[in-house]
Amino acid sequence: MQQFAALLRKDSRPVRYLVVDDSVFARKNIIKMIEMFGGEVAGEAGDGLTAIAEYNRTTPDIVLMDITMPQMEGIEAVERIVRQHAEARIVMVSSVGYQENILAALQKGAKHFVQKPVKPEVLYEILRYVLSDDPSAAGAPVALAGEHRS
Amino acid sequence: MRMELIQPFINAADAVFAESLQAPTKIVDLAMDEETYRRKGIAALILIKGEIEGHVILDLAPEVALKVASHLAGSAVVESEQLARETVCELANMVIGNSVTLLNDQGFRFKVFPPEIHVNDQGLSGGTDTEAMVICIETPCGQVYLNIAMHYLHRRRQERETAPTVD
Repeated sequence: MQQFAALLRKDSRPVRYLVVDDSVFARKNIIKMIEMFGGEVAGEAGDGLTAIAEYNRTTPDIVLMDITMPQMEGIEAVERIVRQHAEARIVMVSSVGYQENILAALQKGAKHFVQKPVKPEVLYEILRYVLSDDPSAAGAPVALAGEHRS
Repeated sequence: MRMELIQPFINAADAVFAESLQAPTKIVDLAMDEETYRRKGIAALILIKGEIEGHVILDLAPEVALKVASHLAGSAVVESEQLARETVCELANMVIGNSVTLLNDQGFRFKVFPPEIHVNDQGLSGGTDTEAMVICIETPCGQVYLNIAMHYLHRRRQERETAPTVD
């Protein structure tokens, strides 16, 4: 199994993630990767509406958001979360990666996009990028001296 | 049989299993089928409607699904019918998502319906009279079957063929 240098907040605490996917199976896979990256699961949601409520409740550092979900889809949830929390860092995680979807998500405020099946090394680099993008609380990861290694 | 519509699904399935299992996969059988599909394990049926229409069935034996789930979880999973179904569903979503990405970027517009899981012993009709291609992929966890039937919606095909081209 690959090993990764921990992605930490500036205060050296674990990055807190909200994992949003209607598939329990998919959430488990993402959570396994989060743990490999030294992160902490702040909350889980199976649809966009619950994701908004969980975001307000947990104020995570990063949201990993599926697109196609019941009740409210991921792109609409992104729009609503970003409207309330301009600082929100949301990465879309979806098997449907066509340009329209990606553009729509980015236009609504998502920071990045990763296509399923998610490769840990790809997600790691994206999280690194997204975390380093923000100079505030959960900004640049501090434990990046060591690149991930196989 | 429109191979240009079927090939993206074959490529996506091969890639999804190879990437998910971090191991090479191999297409070991490929055949045409005009009969109602008889599932071999847990089958997820996904319908596609729009400028191109058809169905994709992803079919795994429960033990194969659980082996895949264990591999992805990094440890043995508690065996359950529910987990096996959920695994097949998520794998089907990944295969479809990857293939429709390619087709959508080629300019086709269509709707993909959520996977329906079938575990009964009746034949599976995809809701189309198109002949299907059945593909068997050998993975380290066991064999995976795909039944794919896709065609252009007639009206849309005529529009495409008569549309003026611009160089």
